[in-house]
Amino acid sequence: MKVSLEWLREWVRLGSDVDALAQRLTMAGFEVEGRALAAEPFSGVVIGEVLATRRHPEADKLTVCEVAAGVGAPRTIVCGAKNVRAGLKAPLATVGAVLPGGKAIGRATLRGVASEGMLCSARELGLGEGPEGLLELPAELATGTELRAALGLDDTVLEINFTPNRGDALSVLGLARELAVLEGVPLTGPALAAVPAAGEERLAVSLEAPAACARFGGRVIRGVDPRAPTPLWMRERLRRAGLRSLGPLVDVTNYVMLELGQPMHAYDLRQLQGGLAARWARTGETLELLDGSTIALDADMLVIADAAAPVGLAGIMGGRKSGIAEDTTDIFLEAAWFAPDAVAGRGRRLGVLTDASQRFERGVDPAGQARALERATALLVAIAGGRPGPTTVTESAAHLPARAAIGLRPATLKRLIGIDVPPERVGAILASLGLTVTPKGEGWAAMPPSWRFDLAQEADLVEEVARVYGYNEIPEIDAPMPQRPSAVPEGRLAPERLALRLIERGYLEAITYTFVDPELQRRLFPGVAALPLANPISAELAEMRVSLFPGLVKALGDNERRQQGRVRLFEHGAKFVMQGNDLKEIDCIAGIASGSALPEQWGAAATAVDFYDVKADVEALLAATGEPAAFAFEAATLDCLHPGRSARITRAGEACGFLGELHPEIARALELDGAPILFELELNITAAARIPRAQELSRFPSVRRDLAVVVDETSTFNQLRESVTVAASSLLRELKVFDVYRGAGVETGRKSVALGLILQDNSGTLTDADVDAVLNAVRDRLKQDLNAGFRD
Amino acid sequence: MDLAGLVSAGLAEIAAASDAAALDLVRVRLLGKKGAVTEQLKALGRLPPAERPAAGARINEAKQALGEAIDARAEVLGRAAIARALEVGRLDVTLPGRGQRPGAEHPVTRTRRRIEEIFRRAGFGVAEGPEVEDDFHNFEALNIPANHPARAMHDTFYFGDGRLLRTHTSPVQVRAMRANPPPLRIISPGRVYRNDSDQTHTPMFHQVEGLVIDEGISFANLKAMLRRFVSEFFEKPLAIRLRPSYFPFTEPSAELDCQCAFCEGRGCRVCKHTGWIEVMGCGVVHPNVLRNCGLDPERWSGYAFGLGIERFAMLRYDVNDIRQYFENDLRFLAQFERG
Repeated sequence: MKVSLEWLREWVRLGSDVDALAQRLTMAGFEVEGRALAAEPFSGVVIGEVLATRRHPEADKLTVCEVAAGVGAPRTIVCGAKNVRAGLKAPLATVGAVLPGGKAIGRATLRGVASEGMLCSARELGLGEGPEGLLELPAELATGTELRAALGLDDTVLEINFTPNRGDALSVLGLARELAVLEGVPLTGPALAAVPAAGEERLAVSLEAPAACARFGGRVIRGVDPRAPTPLWMRERLRRAGLRSLGPLVDVTNYVMLELGQPMHAYDLRQLQGGLAARWARTGETLELLDGSTIALDADMLVIADAAAPVGLAGIMGGRKSGIAEDTTDIFLEAAWFAPDAVAGRGRRLGVLTDASQRFERGVDPAGQARALERATALLVAIAGGRPGPTTVTESAAHLPARAAIGLRPATLKRLIGIDVPPERVGAILASLGLTVTPKGEGWAAMPPSWRFDLAQEADLVEEVARVYGYNEIPEIDAPMPQRPSAVPEGRLAPERLALRLIERGYLEAITYTFVDPELQRRLFPGVAALPLANPISAELAEMRVSLFPGLVKALGDNERRQQGRVRLFEHGAKFVMQGNDLKEIDCIAGIASGSALPEQWGAAATAVDFYDVKADVEALLAATGEPAAFAFEAATLDCLHPGRSARITRAGEACGFLGELHPEIARALELDGAPILFELELNITAAARIPRAQELSRFPSVRRDLAVVVDETSTFNQLRESVTVAASSLLRELKVFDVYRGAGVETGRKSVALGLILQDNSGTLTDADVDAVLNAVRDRLKQDLNAGFRD
Repeated sequence: MDLAGLVSAGLAEIAAASDAAALDLVRVRLLGKKGAVTEQLKALGRLPPAERPAAGARINEAKQALGEAIDARAEVLGRAAIARALEVGRLDVTLPGRGQRPGAEHPVTRTRRRIEEIFRRAGFGVAEGPEVEDDFHNFEALNIPANHPARAMHDTFYFGDGRLLRTHTSPVQVRAMRANPPPLRIISPGRVYRNDSDQTHTPMFHQVEGLVIDEGISFANLKAMLRRFVSEFFEKPLAIRLRPSYFPFTEPSAELDCQCAFCEGRGCRVCKHTGWIEVMGCGVVHPNVLRNCGLDPERWSGYAFGLGIERFAMLRYDVNDIRQYFENDLRFLAQFERG
């Protein structure tokens, strides 16, 4: 909310130090987000008085005026405004004046007539969009005075950010009340006297939803002049608060809302049929709002309706048909109290957020309706005449917010704040905030004023005492804390450990959005159910990822478009897998590799990264568990992977991830270079770690024997290992594969796999005979299991 | 040839051997199985028994002298060979090393780990929870009933079935309070989501929230902990100030400003010349929240705080644009290589 200090000063005596004031507000929870002068800087503009006018001899649309400017002789000013006339007072930019935007005013000759300055409109002075033509100034302003001084344009406008709990402060009155407490000065304010009724006309109001609208104040006023100009002082205050002037009837309701915090509405009495009711909307009802939009009403929307139909969306916006028109002379003024939860959320749902809804959502003083009606009537009658009927307040007392005194114990205060606040200070703070304080036991019972609907329990009072006492006056005290040693579980790998392992192996950590492009996700995971957002921020970020692959594939493409040919990225985060209606969030670590196997360098040949490069990275992660042998890679694929170059990763038979080359069809469709390799590990299974158990070391030498085994292409290394392991039994310490060969000397459809067997016994040195026996057994087994042959 | 001649000729040959291979040939010729000295030893048997000991001793002496000469020559030749190898084996030590280059940790993760470490050392545990949450844990339990104006501050992503993406990591605290009896000291880091995207907002970002529940925990304790935290994070002593604010789940509530870590309060571009930077929200846990989590507010009290990791990373590493965190540009990420 924007608040003019000049307006505030009408309500509370303030010092002149604006910095200190802004600081005080900010430190009391009313954050001053910005501040500005009431008018942009300009100089050399005084109150001019038009003494005489004549037609410009050469131009029909120009007027030659004699304008008094206080000192010196009247000046000749050529003016193009239609409303210029003898007797008018208007801003005169004298020769040498500088207007907003730096526009300098000098002597000028317009169609042969010299002009010694310029008469100004509101817009030319940066004072908003006033009525057409020159800014008409009140006659009582003294001719020749500086306009800035005369209109108080060096006033400061504060932009204050209100927290949702302090709806009571969202007005000049509300803020003045706070400042009176903070500055320790009395609240002043203009006299708000009741305006006696000039007739007996009333409009019947019924409260059909009394919990939602428990009090409805109204007043009929007839014979208002809709063409009466809103006085400049009111237009200026509205402008400084950021509102446009829309004629006296609307201006007065807005003014009272800004001043007292009570939103008001004015109906054109001609358009109302019968009395008004505050009731819930009925299914099928619609309403055309003041802004021209037509909305379908839901049953949880509170409306004000006449005998025929809804005429307003309660607390949010009035209806167009019953709104104030240019020729409206008879009105019904509304000042009602709507329960916050009867208004809250509806405006957002409809996309209609107004000053009124903002206030009702946060809460409006339930005792302020009559006061607002009197204030509005007084202002309106003074500006535009009219004969007011009596102020009527229809209410359902049982549904008005019930208030009870709140207890506050010194022990609670000390327990929650940490220090003892002197009791007299506590009482004084509460009283200054408008609470009625009485002693109760060792503490207090405090009855909040009607406008502090946010105060309901002891903690609310603790906060108020702390806030006014000053958060920064409360010392820092270290809490005594129990010492509780706690171990980091060794049987569980911290994901950071895996991440650091990948980083050491050349991967950069990425963080991608957990919501992804459904089109990309369908392409990678056709037929896999994903959880769509009901209100996505964009079509590209519209459903939850079922894998970390979509984000990584997108990041790869983005980097390739940035001319990055070699990409190694990994991410740690959750994927969101639908199992029927149930959602499982599975923590994963996943990576993508594309481009050369090694960064370009002089000492190694440039080869493209392939399955086995990345498999080594994955194996390094699996090794971190302390039992890499528990993991297996099985030929299996996903729709997004190359069917012959992908593997399911299992741990003790349980699937925990995938590794593979991106399907070439997808790489082509996404215009990706080369053959990216992807992997994903589910950490719920992968991250269990084995606590090491040291094994006895053999004191005897080991022996190595190499074997070149020729088997069918379809035979896997897993099968070879299985046969060798069974045959060599407990003597096999390690099995190396040091070559896989196809070509001359090996028949087509077969391959030669070079194995290195490291043999060792724990109980003695192996003799040549021992070793030969083992090798014979291995050869026999391989022949039998895999139809193996052997090369020298 | 007599023994003396053999020795003198042998020593000459040894001295003349110009490399290890040549020297080895000499050794074989002299001392090998069929070498000249070996032949002399074999011939001992043909001498009269009385002469054998003296002759044997002479031959062994000669053998030892030749052996030592060979070893000495081998040593000389070996050193010379190494000297030559050193000469020809010079490397360009300025060429880069071979193999993989290390990658880097994302600055958000790096910052998160630093923050976690600081609080772990203060005795906090780290708790995590689901990102797809329900209304109860994200709002209701935290004293934010339906239609509460504070919900407007959250710009929630919904799934249309009651589920939503958590707007803060506070639901983790709710779960922790409901699962574990106090005393409780936890931080909950993680991804959070708000339907907001512009120059200073991304629809996903990261928070660390903290919670302490015990008997007698107060606002003064909160101030002490958070002042120590910001000073540790920025590795310099920094003052803090608290501004009253509003969060439905804490009361009293505050925004915490810390003295600008760049200018130490003198005023600079980063702090917009105020000397202070806003870094987190905090407060004393609201009694309604304690009740919603099954704790008696007459016995237990606590404090909570919540900070944005991206903001701390920006302040620590001079990142200017929050959107860079999620563009995953290799050039950006590679700057955060950890030493």
